[in-house]
Order: sequence, then C-alpha cells, then structure tokens
Amino acid sequence: MSSNTMTSATEPSRFAKIWNSNIGYSFRKNPVAIVSMAIFLIIAMSALLSPLLAPYDPYDPASIDIMNSEYPPFWVSGSLPEFSLGTDDQGRDLWSTILYGTRLSLLIGICAVALQAFLGISIGLIAGYVGGRLDSLLMRLADIQLSFSTLMVAIIFLAVTQAMFGSETFNQYAVFFLIAVIGVAEWPQYARTVRATVLAEKKKEYVDSARVLGFGPGRIMVRHILPNSLSPIFVISTVQVANAIISEASLSFLGLGMPPSQPSLGSLISSGFDYIFSGSWWITVIPGVVLVVLVLVINLLGDWMRDVLNPKLYKG
Amino acid sequence: MSLLSVRDLTVKFAMREQTVTALNGISFDLAKGERLGIVGESGAGKSITGFALMNLLSRPGFIDHGQIMFEGEDVVTMNDRQLRGMRGNRMAMIFQDPMVTLNPVLTIGQQMIETLMAHRKLSREEARQIAIVKLREVYIPSPEERLEQYPHELSGGMRQRIIIAIALLLDPQLIIADEPTTALDVTIQADIMELLLELCQSNQVGLILITHDLGVVSQMTERTLVMYAGRIIEAGRTREIINDPQHPYTQGLINALPQQTLPGQRLKQIPGNMPSLTNIPPGCPFNPRCEYATDLCRSRIPEISHYGEVEVACHEVQRLQSNDARREVKA
Amino acid sequence: MFAYLVKRVFQAIAVMFVISVIGFAIQGNLGDPLRELVGQSVSEETRQQLRDELGLNDSFMTQYLRFAGNALQGDLGTSYFFKEPALDVILKKLPATLELVMGATLIIIGLSVPLGVYTAIKPDTVLSRIIMGLSIVGISIPVFLTAIMMIFVFSVHYGWFPSFGRGDVVHVWGYWETNFLTADGWMHIILPSFALASIMLPLFIRLIRSEMMEVLQSEYVKFARAKGISPRRIYFLHALKNTLLPVITVGGVQIGTMVAYTILTETVFQWPGMGFMFLEAVNRVDTPLIVAYLIVVGFIFVVTNTIVDLIYGLVNPTVNIARMGA
Repeated sequence: MSSNTMTSATEPSRFAKIWNSNIGYSFRKNPVAIVSMAIFLIIAMSALLSPLLAPYDPYDPASIDIMNSEYPPFWVSGSLPEFSLGTDDQGRDLWSTILYGTRLSLLIGICAVALQAFLGISIGLIAGYVGGRLDSLLMRLADIQLSFSTLMVAIIFLAVTQAMFGSETFNQYAVFFLIAVIGVAEWPQYARTVRATVLAEKKKEYVDSARVLGFGPGRIMVRHILPNSLSPIFVISTVQVANAIISEASLSFLGLGMPPSQPSLGSLISSGFDYIFSGSWWITVIPGVVLVVLVLVINLLGDWMRDVLNPKLYKG
Repeated sequence: MSLLSVRDLTVKFAMREQTVTALNGISFDLAKGERLGIVGESGAGKSITGFALMNLLSRPGFIDHGQIMFEGEDVVTMNDRQLRGMRGNRMAMIFQDPMVTLNPVLTIGQQMIETLMAHRKLSREEARQIAIVKLREVYIPSPEERLEQYPHELSGGMRQRIIIAIALLLDPQLIIADEPTTALDVTIQADIMELLLELCQSNQVGLILITHDLGVVSQMTERTLVMYAGRIIEAGRTREIINDPQHPYTQGLINALPQQTLPGQRLKQIPGNMPSLTNIPPGCPFNPRCEYATDLCRSRIPEISHYGEVEVACHEVQRLQSNDARREVKA
Repeated sequence: MFAYLVKRVFQAIAVMFVISVIGFAIQGNLGDPLRELVGQSVSEETRQQLRDELGLNDSFMTQYLRFAGNALQGDLGTSYFFKEPALDVILKKLPATLELVMGATLIIIGLSVPLGVYTAIKPDTVLSRIIMGLSIVGISIPVFLTAIMMIFVFSVHYGWFPSFGRGDVVHVWGYWETNFLTADGWMHIILPSFALASIMLPLFIRLIRSEMMEVLQSEYVKFARAKGISPRRIYFLHALKNTLLPVITVGGVQIGTMVAYTILTETVFQWPGMGFMFLEAVNRVDTPLIVAYLIVVGFIFVVTNTIVDLIYGLVNPTVNIARMGA
C-alpha cells in the first residue's frame, strides 16, 4: 500500500513543483513564448466572446444586405465606418464573420484533437499493456494509417459523404463530420507515444507492486502509467491542434467543410478567392492572416514546450 | 623532456544560469612510454580531463585556462588544423562504450582507412594493408573479412579490439583510454586490458588510463592520479598509492575494495556522495564525507604538496601519518 | 532479402484489398447506376430486368469479385461525365500531377538538405535563426493560402508568372505531356511547384536539422573527431548518412501526403491534373471516377511506401533484411 499512497500523494506536489520552477522559469525567460501565449489568449478570448464582440450576427440572414458587399477595410478609401474590416461578397461584416469563423476553426481543431487523443491514448494503453499479437496488429494498423495522409483520407471520406447525403444535409452536420474525420485519422500519433511509455513503465517496480496489491489493469494504466506520458501528450496535442486547424481550413477551402453560410476561416478564404482578381483582396487576405497568426502562435508554443519538456517522442 | 606536461588546466561549463568549474587547476607530467592511471568516482572529472587533453570538449564545456604541452606544443592554443593533425595521429583515444563508438553505417575498413588517409599520403590499398596488420596485432581473426563488415555484425569485445587497432594505426605517442572495459562483459575485460598493456609496452606508447577501478590501475600503470570534484587530491607512484594511501578519500576508495574486506563483513563504503559541480562545499570539497575534517578543512581549500614520495591535497595529512600504525589497512 | 520482399509485397496486396473493398462499397452506395444509364422514366419491371442483367441483384461476394476482377484487368468502370473508361480519364491527368509532384520534390530535396545541414552545424548564426524562423512560419501557412498569396503577389500584382493552367506542353509518349521542355511550361509550373513544396520544405528542414544535431552529439562523431578526420568528411559522410536514414522513411510517407496536397494546389492554380479532376468528379457525383481515383491514389501510396521501405532496408546496414523476413 505504501508505494501507491506515496505515488499518488507526491503526484500533485511534483507537478506543482515542475510548474513553479522549470516551466514557469523558462516561460518567463522566453519572450517568444510570452508573446505567443498573449496573442493566442487574445484570439481565443475574442473567439469565445464573439457574440458579444461582433457588431453583426453573420448567421442571421436578416442582418445581411447584398448591397453592402465588397466594401474595403477602414484604411482603404471607399470604406464604410460601420464595417471596420470591410464586407465580404455577400455583404457580411468581415470583422464579425472572422470572429465567428475563428470560433468555429478553434472549436473544430480542439474537439478533433480531443477525439484523437482519446482514441490514441486508449489504443496505445491497450496495445502496450496487453502486448503480444494485439499489440503488433494495432501498431501495424497505425503504420498503415500513418502512411496514408490524413488530408487524403479526409478528402475522400468527406467527398463521399457529401455525395451520399447531398449538400444540404452535409452542411447541417459539417462540424461533426469534420471533427470525426480529423479526429479519427490521426490517432496513431498518440497511440505510438503512449505505447512506448507504457512499455518503458511496465517494467518498473511500482507497476509490479501495484499489480501485486491487486489493482486492476485499468486503474494501473490510468493512475500510474498515464501520468508518465503527460509531457509528450502535451507537446503532441499543441502541434496537432495547429495541424487540425490547417486541415479544417484546407477541407473547407475545397468545399468539403464548413459551408459559406456558416463559414470557418477556411471557407471565408475560399469564398474570397474568387474576388481576388477583381481587387477585393481583403476577403481572402484578412482571414488568411488571422488563420496564419493563430496557427503560428500555437506552433511557437508547441516548439517552446518541446524544448522545455523535452519528452521522448516516438520517431516514425 | 616529458611527453606531456599539463599545468593548471581549468575547464568550465557554461550552463544557462551560471558557469561551473569542472576541472580546477590540474597539473601533472607524463614521460615517454609512461602509463598513468586517473581514478575517482564518476563525476570527478576524469573523462573531462581525457577530452580536454585532446582539446575535444564539446559545448558547453571549454578550457578556461592552463597549458597542455604535448611534444613541445601547447594543445590549448593549437588551431583546428594543428589539432586535427595531432588527433588520432600522435595522440589517440579509446572510448568507453564500443557499441556506440563506431559509426553504424560505415564499414570497419572505411573507418580505419579514412583515419590513415587523413594523416598520411597513402593509397587506399596501402592503407588497407596497414589496417590488416593492425587488426592482426589486436588478435582479430581473418582481418580481411572484418574490413568489409559493419560494426553491428561484431561483438562488443571485438569492436573494442578494433577501436584499439584504430588508436594504434598511426603509431601514436600517447593513448588516452577512457574506461575502455566498463561496457564489456566481465569475462573479456581482463583480455582487453592485457592486450592494451602488451601493446603499450611493446610499442613504447604512453597511456593515460581513466578508470574507477583501483585493481586495474594497480596492474596497468606506473603512476596514478586520484581525482575528486574536479581536482587532483593525490598523485604518485601507483604502488605507493595503493599500499599506503595518504588522502582520506583514497584510503576510503581502497578500503572499499572487496579484497580489503573479510568474508562475512560488509563492504566499507565512503559515506555520502560526490558533490555536484554546482554545489561544491566551501573548503576541501571532500570535507562533508571526511571523518577527520576540521574547521580548517571546512574553510580553506588544501594545496597539493609533497609528503614523502607522494603529493597530497589535505590539511590533515601529517596528523593522519602519525596515526598510521593504528589504521593499517594492508592485508 | 527474398523473404522480406515477399512479406512486404504481401502486406501491400492486403492494403490494396482493403482499399478495393472500400472502393466497392462506395461504388455500391453512391448514386444509382440505373439512373445514369436509363434515366428515371423506366418502369419498375424493366428496372428489375436491367438490375438482373447488370448483376446488381447478385450476392455481395459475387459482385465484389466481379469488381475486383475487372479492376485487375484495368477496368475501373466508365465515367458518367466523360463517357470514357475511368482509368483512361485518370491516366490522362496523371502526368500533370506527377510533374507537379516532381517539381516540388526537386525543390524540397535541393533546399532541405543544405539548409537543414547548415542550421544543424551552425545553429547560432543569424542566418540559421532566420531559416528556422521562416520554417515555422512556413509550416503555419496552409498550402492553399500560400498558393493564393503567390498568385496575388506574383501574378496579379507583378504579373511575372501566369496564374493558372499548364501553358505550352510537349507531347512525349502515350498520355504524357511535359512542362519541362518549353519556357512557357516552366513559367507555369514554377509557382504551383513552390506552393506544393511550401509546407513540406520547412518540415524537412526541421527534421534534417534535429536528426543531424542528434547525430552530431553521438559518440561515433566524437570518435571521428578524435581520429583527426576533417569536419567536411564528418558532416557530409559520418553524420549525413546517419541523418538521412530516418529522413528516408518520413520522406516516403510524405510523397503520399503530397499527392493529397496536389488537390489543393491544382484547385488554386486550375492545374489540369487528377486532383482537380477529382474535385470536379465529386461535384458531379461521378461515382466510377471517384472510385477509380481512390484506387489509383491508394496504389500510388502503397507502391511508394513499399519501395521506400525496401530502399531503407538496402541502404541501412543495421537492418538485416534477411532476418526481417522471418
């Protein structure tokens, strides 16, 4: 019993210690990390509060007037004061639409990664703990899954789904389809790393003692082994959120994601692309900049975390 | 003139928040063909000394000051070209773990021939013939075939023999061997040591043997340095250091040898651990673990000075010597 | 070696089998072939008769075997829209896509190795910091956005490069027409190639850099230094050879990923390749063409991965191919 109470008793304090010393220190010393975190929080907060911050509701057809289409942003001559960042091709206020679009992009990205993490961690724990044939089968599957690009799988899945259900039904459930396909396609990233930790930890004494004490495999895995994979999971998750946002934008750009009536950043860029030759660059460029900045700060935070936590990541 | 003359060698490591001193004013000499042992616990600075002698410290380590006169030239001030001309040619090194020392994607032949061709104007075939001769000298069976093999096809003992052969390729004046057998099976450790001794003696090659094993030092070397926390604390003829250690730390090391313990008795250990480089206590670095420590030991670093045949860095040597009779440790 | 080859090929066949089942399932559930053939103004009896004739009432197994048998003979059905064998439609578009992938691959290999090696050897120089900074910006910009920005800057604003299409192509052999033999063809392929390379290039620079830095810390590199080997030989033989081994594996996977990104690049540049064609097929619900694309792309993935694995086994002496087969 002593070994178990010891580990669980020291767990939170150890975490707090790391937070206060190493991570906290390196964060304070790293201006890139501070700026990235600040920008990320600003974007995330504005996205979260978009219904309060946005002067118009871009989902409400009543507030949209096609006569207002393609007004430029405020620093370009010919702009209207009520549309600070201009309007898109349908006459929607670009600022409001971007706020709502960012919220959608973030939501899909984070939910998809949560799904990836859930699937990957579960499969990784099971593969590592059970071992044997099941393990080699699951890891072989992971190899094959990884050898197919996520984007390719997502494009084909969404294309077929869209053709099967028709655009209207598809558009209605597009958010769920996107989360599902991006979430399912990338589980091997997590599974491999978690499995590697399980294999390393399984040999250690405390796992044996927990087993001798009669704890079931579920409890051993979740309470004892999983905490050791936390830092690689953190690092992977950051990069994966960035990737998921890019994937969502790419799919929406192809018309396989969010519909123009309920645009994410990707579909907004896509709808603006048709007008880039006629000079209405802002419909594409401004959401594009927001998307890039969002993904960039997440990637920068991921890089910083990788440097600080320095986890043993699985190398493919 | 001695082959190697080290004076006040000081190595530091530039860490993120502070610079720590890993080697502190190391001085010693080595005559041509002489064999010197450097002993101490891990973390004492033995390996760093070895790499510093080759001026091969990797970041963040660097030689802060000091002199390493090797065959009349100062290794510390050599430029890259001069260093390259010296390394592997006049001064060679044998690494600790033969499993990771050889490049996994190059054949044994490539790794031997490139060494020869880096230092001498030889044709590939001439270099190959020399490599074969050297492999024979280290008792590698069918050397022609070995040249075509990759490291992973050979056993650890075989690889270490090949590494010794590479060290001997250009008939160097000095070989630095950094724990050459710790990574090997116990059964072949003695073979490798014997081979190294034989080759050094027959070719008049100087040897610096870095090890934590006093038994090995007593068989292999003529003189010994004992290091603790980046300093030399005792130096002298190996026989004297083994038979009549002066510094309390050296005494502790020798008492901890299994031969010094009667059957059924517990092994005598030195209490405590070597301090980490960021946390060296004031005064004599050994004082927290030393049963003879006085206030002086806790405040002033002892200079190394002659006491009879040996050099010792300890404030209490004379008192200890008068107590000698009572704590005789010889079997 | 032989056993390993057999094992690898067997696995490739297994994956192709799964892909063909998926393709078949899509074929059976997407759209109604009868409507495509005869329209809706046909009586239920004639429909049943037609279904029987077409074998649509056969068991799943029989239908799948017929589908797979035809596929093996190169018959992937007839495109509803083009009224041509689907495989022919794809093969006509394939060279455009492959040339795009080739252009991007050349850019990636040509730039990532020197830049990755440089930033690993000299990590603290200003140039290295700029390269690393740009590379993280690079992986943060989606391919389609890079493509749009390139068009906006280099085509719309400066007018240096054309914004769409392949330009003048030269017929080489069979369906293969090439961009690489005319100046106009080169002008057309430059922007799409760079756009396609834009997300992989920084990825590879970072990968090569981190692998190389790890290798440079290794004992065998230290030992090579202790032997007095020249830095050039250490970097470009001892270290680079060990660096590129893991990069090859990743590279194989990324070639497949690049095929996916061609869909984005081709859409933006209206490049007449099979990615562009695929999206059109999706919009037209041209089921045979969608399925044929799936199978061709799956085949490309499986073949490249198998070849890359075999190459890896051949160049890496520590992989004992003979024993891996067991």
